[in-house]
Amino acid sequence: MSAPATAEVLSASPPATRVRPHARWRRQVDALLESTPAAVGLAIVLAWVALAILAPVIAPYPPNANDLGALARPTPSRAHWLGTDQLGRDLLSRILWGARPVLVIAPLAVLGAAALGSLLGLAAGYHGRWIGVVITRACDIVLSFPVIILYMIILAHFGSSAWNIIGVLTLTKAPIIARIVRGMTLDLREREYVAAAKMRGESALYIMLVEILPNARGPLLVDMCLRTGYNIVIIGVLGFLGIGLPPPDPDWGGMVKDTYGMMTVWPHMSLFPCAAISSLVIGFNLLAVGLREIGLRD
Amino acid sequence: MTDRLLDVQDLAVAYATRGGDVPVIPGLSFQLNAGEALGLVGESGCGKSTVALSIVRYLGRAGRITGGRILFEGRDLATLDETELRAIRGRRIAMVYQDPMASLNPVMTVGRQLMEVPMIHERVTAAVARERALATLSEVKLADPDAVMRRYPHQLSGGQQQRIVIAMALIAEPALLIMDEPTTGLDVTVEAAVLDLVRELRRRRDTAILFISHNLGSVVRVCDRVGVMYRGELVEEGSVRQIFTNPRHPYTRGLLDCLPTLGRDKRQVPLVPIPGQVEPASARAPGCGFASRCTHVELGRCTTRPIPSAELEREPGHRVACLRLYELPRWRPRRGAATPFDAGTPADAVIAAHHLTKIYEPRRRRRRYGLPRPPVRALVDVDVAAARRRTLAIVGESGCGKSTLAKVLSGLEVATEGGVTLDGVEVGGLRVDARSRTLRRKLQMVFQNPDSTLNPSHTVGYAIGRALRRLHDRAPADIAAGVARLLEVVKLPPGMAARTPRQLSGGEKQRVAIARALAGDPDVIVADEPVSALDVSVQAAVINLLNEIQAARGTTLVFISHDLAVVRYLADDVAVMYLGTVAEFGRVERVFAPPYHPYTEALLSAVPVLDPDHDGARILLEGSVPRAGEVPRGCPFATRCPRRVGAICDDVPPPVQQLGDEHRIACHIPADELRRLQTPPMATAAGR
Repeated sequence: MSAPATAEVLSASPPATRVRPHARWRRQVDALLESTPAAVGLAIVLAWVALAILAPVIAPYPPNANDLGALARPTPSRAHWLGTDQLGRDLLSRILWGARPVLVIAPLAVLGAAALGSLLGLAAGYHGRWIGVVITRACDIVLSFPVIILYMIILAHFGSSAWNIIGVLTLTKAPIIARIVRGMTLDLREREYVAAAKMRGESALYIMLVEILPNARGPLLVDMCLRTGYNIVIIGVLGFLGIGLPPPDPDWGGMVKDTYGMMTVWPHMSLFPCAAISSLVIGFNLLAVGLREIGLRD
Repeated sequence: MTDRLLDVQDLAVAYATRGGDVPVIPGLSFQLNAGEALGLVGESGCGKSTVALSIVRYLGRAGRITGGRILFEGRDLATLDETELRAIRGRRIAMVYQDPMASLNPVMTVGRQLMEVPMIHERVTAAVARERALATLSEVKLADPDAVMRRYPHQLSGGQQQRIVIAMALIAEPALLIMDEPTTGLDVTVEAAVLDLVRELRRRRDTAILFISHNLGSVVRVCDRVGVMYRGELVEEGSVRQIFTNPRHPYTRGLLDCLPTLGRDKRQVPLVPIPGQVEPASARAPGCGFASRCTHVELGRCTTRPIPSAELEREPGHRVACLRLYELPRWRPRRGAATPFDAGTPADAVIAAHHLTKIYEPRRRRRRYGLPRPPVRALVDVDVAAARRRTLAIVGESGCGKSTLAKVLSGLEVATEGGVTLDGVEVGGLRVDARSRTLRRKLQMVFQNPDSTLNPSHTVGYAIGRALRRLHDRAPADIAAGVARLLEVVKLPPGMAARTPRQLSGGEKQRVAIARALAGDPDVIVADEPVSALDVSVQAAVINLLNEIQAARGTTLVFISHDLAVVRYLADDVAVMYLGTVAEFGRVERVFAPPYHPYTEALLSAVPVLDPDHDGARILLEGSVPRAGEVPRGCPFATRCPRRVGAICDDVPPPVQQLGDEHRIACHIPADELRRLQTPPMATAAGR
């Protein structure tokens, strides 16, 4: 299941949402900004997105350029604001460039997981009986694996690339989303509007995608936000384990892996990438908290 | 003045919202003497519950008392701090809420919860508390208090739970008992029993009661005085007799005119809904709050300054806040001809159930606690029919199978045995998705819950338009016009199409649901409790709408309801159901007159009557509906029947007695005998 399909699934109620979309959007954004955690989270995330997009413009050095002169004193200086790594590469530039793969891979993987998980969850919740049993058991099996080992096996076997990481994350996160959507579907399928749709003779697919899924979007969005944060952590872990994005392009996890041995001497080399990961994850988590607040309010 | 218990003076309450403070109660005054019962009535959104909550200062974070005093036993509750309040709440003032399950702790036995009250408030020992709990339980008429003490809340029925909550409120011997819609979620027969209990407790103890209800009938049964609230103001106040025999305020009159009662029938007396709906508190204009809906309003006079409340000259204690108090003619219950109703003949049935049986097998037939779980017999051998242009009402308490019948008729469930014919076609075995489009078009449903009948993610226009497209094969260009036309049929402006359900009131949502059901121009509409969640005036409007649609289109209406007054008003034919069987079936005027099935008789006697003089001995049903597996082999009603004759009732299924002209009763007692028993001689006529 690929990303564009998710977008279709999530906006599958066209006539409803297309009535004065601006007004609806404005209201939602206003509500979002009224919650402090959401506003802070959104600011952090948007700041990182802006930095990632502008990286080619604002990064002071090319990400892989070695400044051999700085090797003697790699600590932060006027020339290198955050210092350089053990090869004399500018840390600030590498962190800015390193935001780009993270901000593409993590959301794409979440969208993939949401698309696949929603379909599985809807089917499991709506049909019940054996389809539901098969899907939930399959999800349980995936969830019972120690994921890190699973990642290592799969990525070692298929090789590490951005697409493979997205694929692995989609597969391992979809069961969690499926579980959430299944729970909501079990409740929503008993609503009277679903009975009314059956009275019109609607197909099961229509009922799942148009009558049920849009009403599960609140909790789903919250979880997607949280899941994006977790994915960023996992991408970092994969980089740290050496099965992340291949070098030499900057990757936050890989940067920590290459330098943590020098922690006692030059802590900045691993601490700054770590801080980058943390701040982005915190941003997504705060956004999730804010979305949940809004969901609870109405 | 000596026995004044509660004196509310100019109470003002506001709720903080995003748009600033909204005054919900602008300035309210009333008094309550010791041992007196005051009823507060009004539609939802009139501030009744807010009054109750401000007395105990439970307004929550958003609510705030902005003015006035609440003198209780001489102290101003509005100024007390939390510690002082805690000493009064539960001890001197107790509260009973609508949902008993929400007031009880599910993980504690009810005995422990009862004993806690005196142990915390009066620091008595467990033994003393236990004695008190047992005594209070027998006072609220729970059989076998010892056993009840050991139960958990979920092991008790709704009626028993509410009795426990009342016992918890009474055990501290409070001076004031506040009851907020205490019987709203209960079945009629249970409601009648609980109301009788409250009335009896009042006589026995000297507890004052503030009784909040939207149900005028239950207020009559319990209270001495009534206050009618509208938009946070007390528009009329007086004794029960004054209010119900000589209502002066147009709002009170409006409430009485839109209320279906057992004496009303669509052929004789029209229901008159109050125009419009309760406006939000934020839209307060100077002058009378009711002006925008009042049929007697004089613009300029009523809408300039606040309306003072004045006491009627010849009726001490009867206060009315209306400038035209002496100008309006005296109120009389409506009489006279409504639109003549051309109900079809019962012979040619459009929809009929024949020997319909629906059995729910337990999911797993595994032995639990040594016993196999019995199948649930939701419908047993049900025979009903509805003809063109007629309304068939299915009436009964919760669990009687009326909703299952609606589902089987509409194809959301499939019959286990027997059949359903729709326009001559057998559809009992056909799930709705297996029915042809023509069949689906012929029968549509209206559901109970206005909040879940429309998809919150879809606009009104989409909901109706989709139904048009699915059931009518309309070209897309036609859809918008079709939606507008359907909205017009249900008396909503075409602009509604762009709204989402969140922006609609309950009555509007139900109208949209009706419009959606009408999209396919159906022959039959099955309506499952379509008005039970609505306020009386909105309910009247929706009932009238259904009647008009039926008259204009010749639609057959299958109307599921637990409300006998509504059924009496609306129905042409009635089926009274108990535990999946039809106890009595026939034309409405025959079913609502002797001879009755004993169950019909009990239901009818439980309906609150709007007559302060009505105080007859009534039939109170004992116990609760038996569970699956405990249903007697003979008559299902045998376990609770007040007219049970003997073992024959338990062992032999009752014969169906045909009383001519499509009226039948399933009972062992011969119809003549029933008629004799149920038509008492003149003097004691209060029997029902």
